[in-house]
Amino acid sequence: MSAPSKESVAFAPPAVAAIGRRAALSDPKRLFVVGLVVAACVIPLLTRSFVTFQLTQVMVYALAILGLNLLTGFNGQFSLGHSAFYGIGAYTAAILMSRWGIPYFWTLPAAGAVCFGVGFLFGLPALRLQGLYLALATFALAIAMPQILKFRPIEGFTGGVQGLFLDKPDPPFGLPISADQWLYYFTLAVLLVMFAGAASLVRSRTGRAIMAIRDNPIAAAAMGINTALYKTLTFGVSALYTGVAGALGAIVVQFVAPDSFSFLLSVSFLVGLVIGGVGSIPGCLVGGLFVLYVPNIAESVSTGLAGAVYGVILLLVIFVMPAGMAGFVRFARARLSRLRRS
Amino acid sequence: MMLEVEHLNAFYGENQALFGVAFGLEAGRVRTFLGANGAGKTTVLRALCGMVRTNGNIRFDGKLITGWATEDIVRLGIAHVPEGRGTFLRVSVEENLQLGAMTRRDRAAIAADIERVYGHFPRLKERRLQQAGTLSGGEQQMLAVGRALMLRPRLMLLDEPSFGLAPLIVEELFEILARVNREMDVAMLIVEQNASLALELAEHAYLLETGRVVTDAPAAVIGADESIRRSYLGY
Amino acid sequence: MEQLLQQVLAGLATGAIYACMALAVVMIYQAIDHLNFAQGEMAMFSTFIAWQLMRWGQPYWVAFIASVVLSFIGGVAIERVLFRPIHNAPILSQIVAFIALFNILNSSAGQIWDFTIKSFPSPFGHKPFLGEPLIDTHQVGMIGVTLAMLGLLYLFFRGTRLGLAMRAAAANPESARLVGIRVGWMTALGWGMAAAIGAVAGMLIAPVVFLEPNMMLGVLLYGFAGAVLGGMTSPAGAVAGGFLVGVIENLAGTFIPYVGRELNLTIALVLIVAVLMVRPSGIFGRQVVTRV
Repeated sequence: MSAPSKESVAFAPPAVAAIGRRAALSDPKRLFVVGLVVAACVIPLLTRSFVTFQLTQVMVYALAILGLNLLTGFNGQFSLGHSAFYGIGAYTAAILMSRWGIPYFWTLPAAGAVCFGVGFLFGLPALRLQGLYLALATFALAIAMPQILKFRPIEGFTGGVQGLFLDKPDPPFGLPISADQWLYYFTLAVLLVMFAGAASLVRSRTGRAIMAIRDNPIAAAAMGINTALYKTLTFGVSALYTGVAGALGAIVVQFVAPDSFSFLLSVSFLVGLVIGGVGSIPGCLVGGLFVLYVPNIAESVSTGLAGAVYGVILLLVIFVMPAGMAGFVRFARARLSRLRRS
Repeated sequence: MMLEVEHLNAFYGENQALFGVAFGLEAGRVRTFLGANGAGKTTVLRALCGMVRTNGNIRFDGKLITGWATEDIVRLGIAHVPEGRGTFLRVSVEENLQLGAMTRRDRAAIAADIERVYGHFPRLKERRLQQAGTLSGGEQQMLAVGRALMLRPRLMLLDEPSFGLAPLIVEELFEILARVNREMDVAMLIVEQNASLALELAEHAYLLETGRVVTDAPAAVIGADESIRRSYLGY
Repeated sequence: MEQLLQQVLAGLATGAIYACMALAVVMIYQAIDHLNFAQGEMAMFSTFIAWQLMRWGQPYWVAFIASVVLSFIGGVAIERVLFRPIHNAPILSQIVAFIALFNILNSSAGQIWDFTIKSFPSPFGHKPFLGEPLIDTHQVGMIGVTLAMLGLLYLFFRGTRLGLAMRAAAANPESARLVGIRVGWMTALGWGMAAAIGAVAGMLIAPVVFLEPNMMLGVLLYGFAGAVLGGMTSPAGAVAGGFLVGVIENLAGTFIPYVGRELNLTIALVLIVAVLMVRPSGIFGRQVVTRV
């Protein structure tokens, strides 16, 4: 029995226990999730529209982080380039809506399809690259995106440096809620569907294959798993998720511009992924909350040293919860069950 | 007694792997730990080197070393040839040997010792400048033993030295171990699945089962006992 | 042809910056087996310290040496205080710690010294080198210092026991402990050395790009690209990679029509990735051969 490789230790949570276990209806975990969904539905009716807007953004980020999680957390392929997929999704939605007047809800599958294609195509050459080198390649993608979006020959499409403005969608069927509230519910619905999809993917045979590739690629290949196919497919699906998030983001913010989709956004996604817990699907929500609110908190503590305060908060969180929120929850549950036993 | 161990418990996280293990070793002698997979043999060696969480008493030359850091334990003259060999794959064979002598300062003697190791293992000399990761399993095992010898240890801990090696190479290796024990007065604790070879080299043996010592007897006695051989040692 | 040579020369001149940075990057990679994303910010901070010392009346060489020494100490301190407590955490969490350090250094520098551009002196002057207008004395000095540092590092790592111990500790900490190496201190030493090299790099780069808190962002990117291109296992490769990146960026900007200047960073990175496709461990990188 030899020690696990450094690579697998980095990405592997003990998700094996969760596979195959079907929750009973009275399972406290299920009740918690149901309660959370109910709360989520009620909140926008009680808060100011700005808070609703912020919570919608949290969900958008959570979805984007889930995309990154699928690739990095579950499949072990490190990506610094997800800001590019987010940007492609956002611009797909923006261009379809503003140039061709396509209704906003159709832009989501379109963005998803485009990003799946781009992700899959990127995943093909990425097969040859490992760890650090893959990081650089995805990093190149992230850097390239704003430059490509500002590229003069396609300015007609992309709106160049100024970007594109979008109209806020109205609630359908004349529902008695505000536009902000409608966007919240729309995003929530998309989020629930896609999270459920990711959860079921992870629990399936395909999911196990994907995780096997992360933990021990050589053994996985030796077991007959077509690693190349799964890795590129995962790239595609991961890009799809983040792309749909990007489209949603564009609709919610009603504006896209090249510099919003820089490498810094990729860094935010990575931070959100780690804080929430790599390989944890619910953790993505925690990540989204962190990425949206903590920079604001840091700014309010000190405008001049906002970056430093943010950095200190990050360090404190990593010290206390090195495996993210999901890791902390696991640790706490293990402690509690030991207390209960003794 | 050079090494005395009492009430040794060892833990991997929350799981206890050793329960009240006790044994001793005199200078220059050879003893062996036998048992099935997962019995805790490797854990004993790792516990001696401070590589797992332990409580209990480990005394080396009368000094209590439980809880010491691995680097400090090694500097007392305890060389560990770990499971999987622990070769420094990216550096050369000769650099691996130099690393074994990292805590020593006597340059001339180190150079002489390197030549002596090559004397034991001529194949290593042929590959002295080669990247260690390209060596075969048997060669890496020899390199690991050679590296341990560079410490001029008083005690060598060997974890499954025969693992994955062809029988002829294993015999060669054990002959060299016997020679080292005789000529350099190095005490050895050997963990092995290949019980017959280990029992030939050792004078005393401990049988481990799920973290507990179930038999503690001279090697000859264990080797002769049919029931023990059949149930624990598989031959 | 004449223009090609000129552009290559100009590329080598800018490439010297990237080569210097790439050396620091690979240096710490060899010591700690991680990429230090805050390397650029540490170098920037060190340069500001030197600048401040000169403001307080110290001559250049005093400020230079003091900054290098302080950076070494700072590097060791950062490792012991920040990274040692989390060295068992997952790699991604450690990367986030680097990101945190980046933010702290960048923001603090901005607060202490503000964001206005400052000039930083060069010990080599800025006269055209031997009358050649495309490369000046400072750039030649930079190339020289980078190569000299490379030489010293090579001698250190290959020729000394301490260098071997550091390499071993980074590559296989558990085995390193088993031969008595104090792995924690090796890592701290590696950080100190990388910080010191970064300080030198920063003080060489500042005269060209001018001193301000964001000066190292682009340089670090190119430095990484150069290091990866050259192969992370080889300091010489990293330096070569840095020069290559400079040349590629310059040639792409000049000769590829129309897209040159707007997309130069993209083109450079695309070319680098293309090279990686053919040689996945970098041009000079050694494939780590492991038997399964």
